[in-house]
Amino acid sequence: MEFDALLLSRIQFGFVIAFHIMFPAFTIGLAAFLAVCEGLWLKTGHETFKRLYLHWVKIFALAFAMGVVTGIVMSYQFGTNWSVFSEITGSVMGPMLAFEVLTAFFLEATFLGVMLFGWNKVGRKLHFAATCAVAIGTTLSAFWIISANSWMQTPTGFAVDPATGNFYATNWIEVIFNPSLPTRLGHMLLAAYITTAAVVLAAGAWQVIRGRLTEPTRWQMRMAAGTLTLLLPIQILVGHQSGEIAHEYQPAKIAVAEGWCESAPVQGTMLIAWPSDTECGHSGITIPGTSPYLFASAPKGEDLKGLDAFAREDRPPLWLVFYSFRIMVGAGLGMLGLGVWGCVLWWRKRLDHPGLFHWLAVPGGMLGFIAVITGWIVAEVGRQPYTVYGALRTVDSVSPISAGQVATSLLVFMVTYAIIFTAGTVYMARIATRGFDDDPPGQKDRRAPGSPLGAVDDPAETSDDIVAVE
Amino acid sequence: MALDLPLIWAFILAVGVMMYVLLDGFDLGVGMLTNVARSDEERNLMTATIEPVWDGNETWLIIGGGGLFAAFPKAYAIIMPAFYLPVLIMLAALIFRGVAFEFRHKAVRPTTRKFWNGAFFGGSATAAFAQGLMLGAMIQGITVEGGAFAGGAFDWLTPFSVLVGVSVIIGYILLGACWLVLKTEGDLYLRARNWARIALVGVAICFLAVSLATLSIDASIGDRWGFSMAHIDFARLLPLAPVPVVGMVLCAWLWRDLSMTPGQNAAPDWRPYLLAVGIFISGYFGVGISLYPYIVPFEYTVWDAAARDNALGLLLVGAAIMLPIILVYTAFVYRLFWGKVKPGDGYHA
Ligand code: HDD
Ligand code: HEM
Ligand code: HEM
Repeated sequence: MEFDALLLSRIQFGFVIAFHIMFPAFTIGLAAFLAVCEGLWLKTGHETFKRLYLHWVKIFALAFAMGVVTGIVMSYQFGTNWSVFSEITGSVMGPMLAFEVLTAFFLEATFLGVMLFGWNKVGRKLHFAATCAVAIGTTLSAFWIISANSWMQTPTGFAVDPATGNFYATNWIEVIFNPSLPTRLGHMLLAAYITTAAVVLAAGAWQVIRGRLTEPTRWQMRMAAGTLTLLLPIQILVGHQSGEIAHEYQPAKIAVAEGWCESAPVQGTMLIAWPSDTECGHSGITIPGTSPYLFASAPKGEDLKGLDAFAREDRPPLWLVFYSFRIMVGAGLGMLGLGVWGCVLWWRKRLDHPGLFHWLAVPGGMLGFIAVITGWIVAEVGRQPYTVYGALRTVDSVSPISAGQVATSLLVFMVTYAIIFTAGTVYMARIATRGFDDDPPGQKDRRAPGSPLGAVDDPAETSDDIVAVE
Repeated sequence: MALDLPLIWAFILAVGVMMYVLLDGFDLGVGMLTNVARSDEERNLMTATIEPVWDGNETWLIIGGGGLFAAFPKAYAIIMPAFYLPVLIMLAALIFRGVAFEFRHKAVRPTTRKFWNGAFFGGSATAAFAQGLMLGAMIQGITVEGGAFAGGAFDWLTPFSVLVGVSVIIGYILLGACWLVLKTEGDLYLRARNWARIALVGVAICFLAVSLATLSIDASIGDRWGFSMAHIDFARLLPLAPVPVVGMVLCAWLWRDLSMTPGQNAAPDWRPYLLAVGIFISGYFGVGISLYPYIVPFEYTVWDAAARDNALGLLLVGAAIMLPIILVYTAFVYRLFWGKVKPGDGYHA
């Protein structure tokens, strides 16, 4: 393996997008959660929901800032590192990304200001509208970027200009609503809600463990456990649907994700496998004969393609995709378990009492992020060796730049992200674990209500260590 | 009659980039000025003037990058690799500055607080400088062969681009100081007027230096303005002359406004910022006149680099609907946060 501009650019792209996606996954979900809390507060008048809002909006502000700065990196990355890709696909992809800016980024960025700083400047209804605008903005953003990415996975509605080799759209509806968009958008949005619910549950569980139980904590755990129980079964169905569509359009991706080596009319489900002397390491544990159920929509009587059906240069990397897929599914099942367990405890009125569940739910807060990143690895690495599946290869996409420049930028991003990630996580964790003050803010007039940056005059936050507060 | 879509898009993008310069310019400028704040309270007051709006301001930068990708993919594919390192510097600077908005309030230890304050100032200054470097390098032209960037990794680094970089820093400081004049009171307000005056002198000098240097950069630019081979072609110069003249008049006017003792008959506090905006626009027009119709100077015109008409047409429909809506709600939010920032609402609820 040679560390040329291509390989380094791939590593860099994977690194910065994996980093970026953690924040959108969290903010899309959190924006929706905040909108729900504020809506419930307006409707029911319960202080609990207002306190939930005021608490989580601080974390939201931090996560959003990190999502924005890492996102700007992404939009320049196409040109700096994938300039040939940009030129060839510009007339197709460009409008989708531009629509994302026009319909989503401006909306969320502008109303974020009102959401964070407008609490005393606008009425309740208008403030709620601003929260909703931000939530809608994040969702629209996901729509366009997933549409662009889905077109790269299942490109339709375009043709190649014979004179220049550039792509152009022949049918915009087919480009935007390409075959994999519906399931992948659904899968991503659900992933965002699930990720957020897992974090909210973890923060609540920690507060219970630390003996800082308050009414909002109680509600945040109930809401989170309920969300997980409700959404995970849907997510598994949608993920399954994604798999069937991928099988139809990108059989090589499914061959590596499932670990099918040889084509056969009926394939099994490999639970686990390890490398061996054969190329795709047949040694493993397999449940035989599952494909007629899992891939029911595949045409009957035809072989399900294994790796042997693809030329060596058309195969995606096997092990990375194979294990990422299993980690994603495992994380999903783990969160389903947590959600159901939480609901059972709620029903038995034990959710407020510290126990094994709470100790497991705390690290469980990471499962959503793990599933999101490994899921994207399945989708993106499984698409290799193409950037636009079947139409443009990754080797033919890279910019004419030197390896030295890319190595420099990769290093800069790694150092920069390490610093901001560490600081951001510490600050968010500090807020999340602190729990809720016993008196709702605003009634004490200690600081302006709704001020997400009211950290400095907040005694709990000025203390260095959360343990010292008790 | 068919619309000249590439030209329309060049215009829209130019306006978008200008919006970026005028809006993010003032918050980068305020960021740089935080370094001369006398206390943390003062620094908080300064950032409070921009906190509700900076994210929206920076979004114009994304429309700059994203719009170039969408409307002129060929130009995007040449310019971005050519500016690989300055883009990297700018992004890294914007990352630090962007998170510092939040982090500097969350840091509890004095050293980490200092670190994020430094990141805020340093990020603002570095981002401004990197943008100037790129503008300077654009004016100098980009080496292209066989339709791709063919220059070296450091082509963008020349005395001229450094000059433009410094000019952009000073220009943003002027915008930032005028913004503070609009948004603050008392001691800070008086000092902001002073900062604006100092920056204005710098801007006037830079304006002159950059203009003269630009004319000698490329024969075609001198030619455009009517300066060639030591003789001046007034037929060309005169129709264009109003652009620099207006710039100079605005500089003088701004100087006058800033020199008046604040009080009853003084200029309203919004006028300095507006005049500074005018100065920027005249400079921007100057650059536009010099480079038109190139989008990759001096290799590709806007027509050579444009995306397919069906992409530009779709984009135009989208922009025609969305841009007015964006402008309306942006104006709404600016109006909402209109008025002087008070110490108490430093973390403005
Ligand atoms: C709109 C486009 C787009 C979107 C939304 C994503 N990607 Fe992607 N991805 C690309 C467009 C792309 C690309 C430009 O096409 C790359 C660069 C090189 C390549 O092969 O594809 C790529 C490569 C790439 C690689 C390296 C694969 C390899 O070279 O073997 C990884 C690990 C990811 N991506 C991960 C992600 C993650 C975690 C995403 C979650 C947000 C993501 N991608 C979204
Ligand atoms: C390669 C692909 C991507 C690019 C080029 C990109 C670009 C950007 C940019 C420029 C921003 C900053 C916007 C602002 O200022 O508000 C941003 C933020 C955001 N992105 Fe991405 N992004 C990519 C992948 C994704 C994906 C896959 C998703 C979601 C499924 C996503 C969702 C978001 C959201 C919701 C935000 C708002 C800020 C935040 O969440 O913190 N992006 N992105
Ligand atoms: C448990 C059952 C699940 C199955 C069967 C499943 C299936 C899949 C498949 C086949 C893909 C690739 C789609 C493509 O490339 O076209 C994928 C991608 C992805 N998965 Fe899952 N998934 C499951 C659970 C989860 C969970 C729980 C999460 C997150 C909380 C998640 C997050 C993602 C993400 C972010 C992607 C990339 C975006 C996309 O391609 O849609 N998945 N999943």
